[in-house]
Amino acid sequence: MKPIDLLPGGDAQGLDPRAPAPKARHQRLAPPAPGVPLPTPRALAPLGELHTEARLDRLAARAGLGEIARKVLAGTRLSLADGRALYANPHLHVVGALANHVRERLHGDVAYFNVNQHVNYTNHCNKFCSFCSFDRLPGQAGAFQLQPDEVAAKVTQLLHQPITEIHMVAGVWPKIPYAYYLDLLRAVKRARPAIHIKAFTMVELDQIAKKGREEAGRETLAEVLADLVAAGLGSCPGGGAEVFSDRVHGLGYSNKISGSRWLEIAREVHRAGLRSNCTLLHHHVETVDERLDHLDRLRQLQDETGGFQTYIPLSFHPANNEWSHLPAPTAVDELREIALGRLMLDNIAHIKAYWILMDVPVAQTALSYGADDVDGTVVEERIYHDAGATTPQEVQRAELVRWIQDAGRIPVERDTLYQVLWRADGAG
Amino acid sequence: MQTHEGRLAGSDGSDGEAQWSAPRASAARRGERARDLETIADKVFCGGRISPAEGLFLHDNADLLTLGLLADHVRWTKHPEPRVTYIVDRNINPTNVCITDCGFCAFYRRPKHAESYVLTREVIVEKVRETAELGGRQILMQGGHHPYLKSDWWADLIADLAARFPRVNAHALSAPELDHLARIEKRPVEGVIADLVQAGLGSVPGAGAELLVERVRRIIAPKKTSTDRWLDVHRKVHEAGLRSSATMMFGHVETAAERIEHLERVRALQDQTGGFTAFACWTMQPDGVPEQALYPRKATPDVYLRVQALARIYLDNVENIQTSYVTQGMKMAQITLRYGCNDFGGTMLEENVVSAAGCKELQSIGAIENQIAAAGFEPRRRNSWYGIDDARHTGPEFPARRADAAVRGRGARIPAADAAANGAIR
Repeated sequence: MKPIDLLPGGDAQGLDPRAPAPKARHQRLAPPAPGVPLPTPRALAPLGELHTEARLDRLAARAGLGEIARKVLAGTRLSLADGRALYANPHLHVVGALANHVRERLHGDVAYFNVNQHVNYTNHCNKFCSFCSFDRLPGQAGAFQLQPDEVAAKVTQLLHQPITEIHMVAGVWPKIPYAYYLDLLRAVKRARPAIHIKAFTMVELDQIAKKGREEAGRETLAEVLADLVAAGLGSCPGGGAEVFSDRVHGLGYSNKISGSRWLEIAREVHRAGLRSNCTLLHHHVETVDERLDHLDRLRQLQDETGGFQTYIPLSFHPANNEWSHLPAPTAVDELREIALGRLMLDNIAHIKAYWILMDVPVAQTALSYGADDVDGTVVEERIYHDAGATTPQEVQRAELVRWIQDAGRIPVERDTLYQVLWRADGAG
Repeated sequence: MQTHEGRLAGSDGSDGEAQWSAPRASAARRGERARDLETIADKVFCGGRISPAEGLFLHDNADLLTLGLLADHVRWTKHPEPRVTYIVDRNINPTNVCITDCGFCAFYRRPKHAESYVLTREVIVEKVRETAELGGRQILMQGGHHPYLKSDWWADLIADLAARFPRVNAHALSAPELDHLARIEKRPVEGVIADLVQAGLGSVPGAGAELLVERVRRIIAPKKTSTDRWLDVHRKVHEAGLRSSATMMFGHVETAAERIEHLERVRALQDQTGGFTAFACWTMQPDGVPEQALYPRKATPDVYLRVQALARIYLDNVENIQTSYVTQGMKMAQITLRYGCNDFGGTMLEENVVSAAGCKELQSIGAIENQIAAAGFEPRRRNSWYGIDDARHTGPEFPARRADAAVRGRGARIPAADAAANGAIR
């Protein structure tokens, strides 16, 4: 598959995803500490200039990020050591300004949203992840599994709304037959033929592939994906990646597929011609180095396939799960995570500030720290609300437009594959 | 009186606020606009004062990151320590009876309304006792403009509380309330203030400023203390040896220029008296207010953040800027710590006191400390005059009392001879 053209018709200088990474500076460093200590904010040395494009490097130099700024301005890939320096730097605004520079180089003032509907078809799950508040065993209070016609009914209910995407993810339950997944897609397509279905994380696909082998003789994931596409699958969401580190996997979600397997399935998905998103569940038990390793592995796969559309940092929510004793990331953590994503993932086109889990103030502000997408209108989100998210479950299109405008950006409604459907400024 | 519709539409036709939208962020980095912004930024970075025109230019043209950088710079100049303060306090509203009828207020009830109340002394004392036991240092007492509660009622209450709870400061009676007392008692406000100071009033909250522009006040609060009067009462409060804070409620019918005008009025008075300890602003919360249908929708968080940062840049003579977690939520409050705010305000224990025996863990205190610490700052408790009053603090607590903080003679433009001649409390 051809890598995504990040700047259709524009200047793609320094953004060629096939460009070799610079020599890994981190190899010269001492063995990494378990984490980077929380940076203590302090005053920036006095300076006489703003972070206009020409002067961004000098601003960054005063924040101790001069070398990184030169790379950012030249479009050179940042090393993991650079990533550590960005996590540790106390000057959040300067880290943000660097990310914002990349963001504006790629997208100008555009900020994307879509009009979508979330459907979680079951919360039956046998993975027992420590961070999850959504999973139930069949028969447990609150457990549910929707039949394809029930999912279709939810879709039909909202036919009057200009929804362009159904986002469908759920728990993993081995008794669900292979045919169910295909029926699910077909039912949604029957209810709303023009809709794009973005469904099944790599974790679910792993399970679906098992069922395909057992019940339909589908030996390869490619065959399974072909079935799913034929039934109506349009693309895949980015969830279930968590943190790729085997250490964290062992601590928190050992029943789930490993990081390598996640990446392997994502590669297959991209080879099948499908686009997907990618995520990082941050601020629980992982270290800064493990976050950077995760971003690096995403970046390497993207070099190979070009199939990731959007990176979405997911904030850990600690209510009602085994990790409830851990603190949730705060707003400044989330802003920095957005900025790091934008700066490290030089070959992924979009960075999403998912408003439903960051909350509106952070998502809106994140549009100045590297994000160019806020997700969509989202009807009936359940996974994060079970984990304590207090955001509304739905927002009107007009509200999304207003949030984006107040952030100094141009609201652009997109479809799942980032085709522009509407621009607030009316430009082509 | 004009109809509500007429008032809110803006009788002079300036209903342009609804049309206000943030400038395109990237435009701040191009061409003439970028050069003009740099000139203003240079001024701020060099410690210069920006003019109203420059303030308006920033408001209308700067991108969020630029405002953040500048506000953060001013914050560090004023407070070089990585410290964010807050005060353990409780909000007590002794009465909700009010005759001022502000259409943006969801709190008040007319006299004799079924839901109107006046708290008894016992109830108030009990609330203050709980606060004192939790290490509280301040009671924020404000309420409606009750037609019959006069300054002796207040003086008696304040003196009683001061005698019972000497560590808890009465931060009470906003300027419109003081003005109201002067009016119903038909005497100069100086007399009201002097009596309350005598009783032990320690400082005055900045509420009721709303938006200090007469065009706007006539629309949103026609019966409330006027702009000039609000400022004048604060001047007299400062002259009486009390410190006060200043506030701004925006995001309703005001224009961008009127926001700047408000900041300019506060700065000008501060130049003269030096009596404001802090400034706080917030957006109007239109949900459930009497005239909700006539107001625009609630301003989005980034509008607040922009104006909040601008306030830090503009008010170069006000020491402290408070965030407003009550209206904006904890997440935005934490972000404002990098947009000029060095103070988290009060804990507002009212709804959060855990009265279970022996349980002194307060959710609100814990949440505030966590937000401050997670942003990398040291949380420190303070008193009403912004002296650090915290077991973790190694330096002195200063100012520790009302008298330490009084600005008589310290105001930037009060001639020394004049101040000396004034002698004791006027």
